[in-house]
Order: sequence, then structure tokens, then C-alpha cells
Amino acid sequence: MKNTITIASKEFKSYLTSPMAYVVTGIFLVLTGVFFGISPATYDETSIRGFLETGGIILLLLASVLTMRLLAEEKKMGTLELLLTAPLRYSEVVLGKFLGSLGILVVMLFLTFYYPVLLFIFGDPDMGPIVTGYLGLFLLGCTTLSVGIFASSLTSNQIVSAVVAGGILFALWFVGVAASYLPQAAAEVIGFFSLSQYFPDFMRGIIDTRGIIYYLSITILFLFLAIRSLENSRWS
Amino acid sequence: MIRVENLTKYYGKRLAVDNISFNVEKGEIVGFLGPNAAGKTTTMRILTGFLAPTRGNVYVAGYDVITHSLEARQHIGYFPETVPLYTDMTVRNYLDFSAKLRGMEKNRIKSRIDEVVEICHLEEYIDVIIGKLSKGFRQRVNVAQTIIHEPDVLILDEPTVGIDPIQVSMTRQLIRELGKERTVLLSTHILPEVSITCERVIIIHEGKIVAEDSIKNLSSIVSGSQRIRMEVQGPSKKIAERLRQIKGIIRVSYEDSRFIIECTVGQDPRSQIMEAIVQGGWTLLSLDTMEMSLEDIFLKLTTEEETVQ
Repeated sequence: MKNTITIASKEFKSYLTSPMAYVVTGIFLVLTGVFFGISPATYDETSIRGFLETGGIILLLLASVLTMRLLAEEKKMGTLELLLTAPLRYSEVVLGKFLGSLGILVVMLFLTFYYPVLLFIFGDPDMGPIVTGYLGLFLLGCTTLSVGIFASSLTSNQIVSAVVAGGILFALWFVGVAASYLPQAAAEVIGFFSLSQYFPDFMRGIIDTRGIIYYLSITILFLFLAIRSLENSRWS
Repeated sequence: MIRVENLTKYYGKRLAVDNISFNVEKGEIVGFLGPNAAGKTTTMRILTGFLAPTRGNVYVAGYDVITHSLEARQHIGYFPETVPLYTDMTVRNYLDFSAKLRGMEKNRIKSRIDEVVEICHLEEYIDVIIGKLSKGFRQRVNVAQTIIHEPDVLILDEPTVGIDPIQVSMTRQLIRELGKERTVLLSTHILPEVSITCERVIIIHEGKIVAEDSIKNLSSIVSGSQRIRMEVQGPSKKIAERLRQIKGIIRVSYEDSRFIIECTVGQDPRSQIMEAIVQGGWTLLSLDTMEMSLEDIFLKLTTEEETVQ
């Protein structure tokens, strides 16, 4: 656990010293800010749905970019050799990297708090959907980061990592849309695996345990795959 | 401290290390000598737990590096050949990070960083970002990282490659210093380096151990025959003829306007050569003994083995 925290804090600090985290956070704030500003939901319902709807999709893209260097760069620079010859478990390495990037995500979400604050100043928004909306976005964020770390563990090329992560994430997001063309029984089954399936509930203020379990299990699955992929490099 | 038993490593179908076994006792400095791609780095990566062996057992400080990898790694200080460092960190932050990962106690880390920075002469650069340091200084940071947690076993993969001669001798000095209390396995492809720093040498070639001996015995292998290179002004055929008459000279050849003279072991015919040249009325321009190169040794060791078989 101590090692995980050491790595997490090193990763977090290293994000802060490189332009990447600032660019990603900046783009996230500009894009979600614009959609929050022009969305009718902001004015008609005094809700943050305009921000959440776009925020989800933008996260898929930005998380792939944010996580692409985590393991791929270590492989390319050879520093993975230092990390894996120190008395560390593979799981501590992966979990540390995950928590480090999660730190940036939390900062990113924290910086959007002024959207609901504006609503409170100029209107009387419903508190429930705001809280659950943030919870949904946070859970979705965990999932996207874990997929990104898994992609980063596969290659020493950061671009390849970002593309693979983006590919997996968009496939998981749109699989629900694609499923709607299938017979209803099949569509329902496939829909269970879709990243976008549970997100609308969180925006409406509903906490669905299925949604929480879904996001957490996908996160754990991809972190597990990343650990296995790292272990595998030892046997090459 | 290090025990390797029948270690074999394949990369896919390519055989990198072929059934090697050796021991390194506590407090020994052992040189691991071999040309490029001999399997030195692969063996060291297996010792440090970065790679897993295809077959065989490896123990470091009594721990199996496969089943008790974490305990084994705790005892190892590893200097990777590629000098991998986090270029966006300062020297201090990097050493702090390395020390924490090796499980050092918090209040000990600060004073230990000061110690290793002094040992490696990095005082002025402690708050510089590693990416801005030159190759030689990065090498020193890598050394500092290797010894920060006071490991019992040091595994150094070509620690003197790519740095200037002053730093090379400094690094060798440091290795000898460290070797007083610790076990050191040092890989290199530079022959003299081994005789300067190590007590014992393991020679590896194409994944196999071709010789394992003390430095004293190795040098007798090396001096199995001696060669002299000489430049003389005068008629080359006549000179060569005269030289062949000198006792102790086996062969004289003439290439690139230089004579290469091979002599039997223990004989030093240089004074006779001088005499002959003066008597002949020729002019000696240069004369030096040729050191046996690593390739010559491998050639010698491998061919000798074949004749024995």
C-alpha cells in the first residue's frame, strides 16, 4: 500500500510538471463549459445535464491521452526496468499509476464545480441529479482510465496506446447503439456491456447499483489485465 | 550470495543463455566478461527479477528470485546498462523516490541521500532536473540510485561505458570501495577493467561460460603467447630473415609496413631485436608489445576447448 501511494504521488507530480495534464484539463473545461453554456437544459431545467452529456464522451477521448504515457513511456525509456527490479508488486505499480491519473481526474472534476455554483446563484437547481451526475462521471472516469492504463501496458508507443484505448472505449460506449439494431433479446444482453447504458440514470438523479457495479467491475477487469500484461513482459 | 544453477533463457526461439551455473560468495567482486550479445545483460536481468528464466534456478541472498522475488530484490542494487532515469525529476526527488520504493525509513532517507550524493560527487547538481544532466552525470545518478538502500548485492551492468576516462577511474575506485563490504557482480566487455577491479572472472561467450577463474590464472592464459609490433626503416625481407634467427621468436609477419612478431611464453627478445637492428644498420622507428584483445582470448579459450575434446 505504501508503495502504491509512493508511485501514485510520483505520477501525480509528474503530471503537474508536464504540459499534458494542463492541456487535457484546459480542453475539458473549455468544451464542457461551452456545452454547459449553450445547452437548453441549463436554462429550462437549471440542471448540469449539458455538461454531463458532453463530459462523458470527452472523457473517453481525454482519458486515452492522459494515460497513454503511464506505462508506454516507462517501456520506451527503459525505466520500467528500475520499477520492476525494485521490491514492488506488479499490482502496486499498476494501482499506483491508476491512482495518480485518478488524482488528475478528480482535479478536473473539481474545477467544474463552478457550473452548479452558477446554477445556485441564478436559480434553484435540484441537488440530487447534480450529486449523482458527478458520481456517474467519476465512475465513468475510473473505467476510462483503467482501459487507458491497460492499452499503455501493451506497447512502448504512446500514440498506439492512445488509439487502442480510444478504440476500446468508443466501442464500449457505442455498442449499446449498435445493439439497438439487433433483435430485442440480443440488444438487451449486449446493452448490459455498454458504457453508455447506465450513464443517463446517473444524470437523472438515480443511483442504480447495477451501474455502480458495472463501472467498478470494468475498472477492476482492465486493471487486472494491465497487471497480467506487465507480468507477461517478464516471460518474453 | 548469488547462486545460479543451470540457467537457460530463450527469447522465443533464440537461445540467449545456455545452461550456465556459477556462484558468487559474500564479499567477492566478480567480473562478468564477454563481448556484446554474449548473454551478460540477460543473466543480470534474470538475477534482478526483471526477466524470468526459461529453465534453472537463481538465488540471491538465499532467496529464489522466482518464488521469493520481492525478498531477493530487497537485497539487490542494480545498475542497468541503459541508464534509465526519470528525466523530468530532480536528482533529489529521484533518489527520494528510489529510496521509498526500496522501503527505506523516512527519517533515514534524507541523510542517506546526502551520503550517496557525496560519494557520487553530485552535490552541485542535486536540485537539477535529470533531463538537463550530461551522460556522465546521469551515470553517477544511476550509481547513486544503485547504492541508496545499502544493498548487500550489487549487480552492475557495464557501469563504465560511455563516460570519460577520469570518471571511469573514479567509478572503478568506487566499485572497489563498495566491494569491501558487499558482493559485486560487474559485467564488462573491457578486459583491463576486470583485472583492475575484480578478484575473479567469469567469461561468457554466446550464452555459455567458457572460463571461470581468478585474475591471476586468467592473466597466464592471456600471456600464453606474446606479440610485438615494430616499425623499422630498411629492407623488409632482409630484416625479417634476421629476426627469425633470434631465439624465442616463433613467427614474423609483415603487414602495413609493420612487423608483427610472435614469441614464446616467458621470453622477452626485445633486447636481442634491438641489437640485431643496430648491427644491420637499420633504423628502429617504433616498438611496442601488443595486448591480447578479448576476441583473442575467446578464440584461444574456445579453440583450446575444442582441441581438448
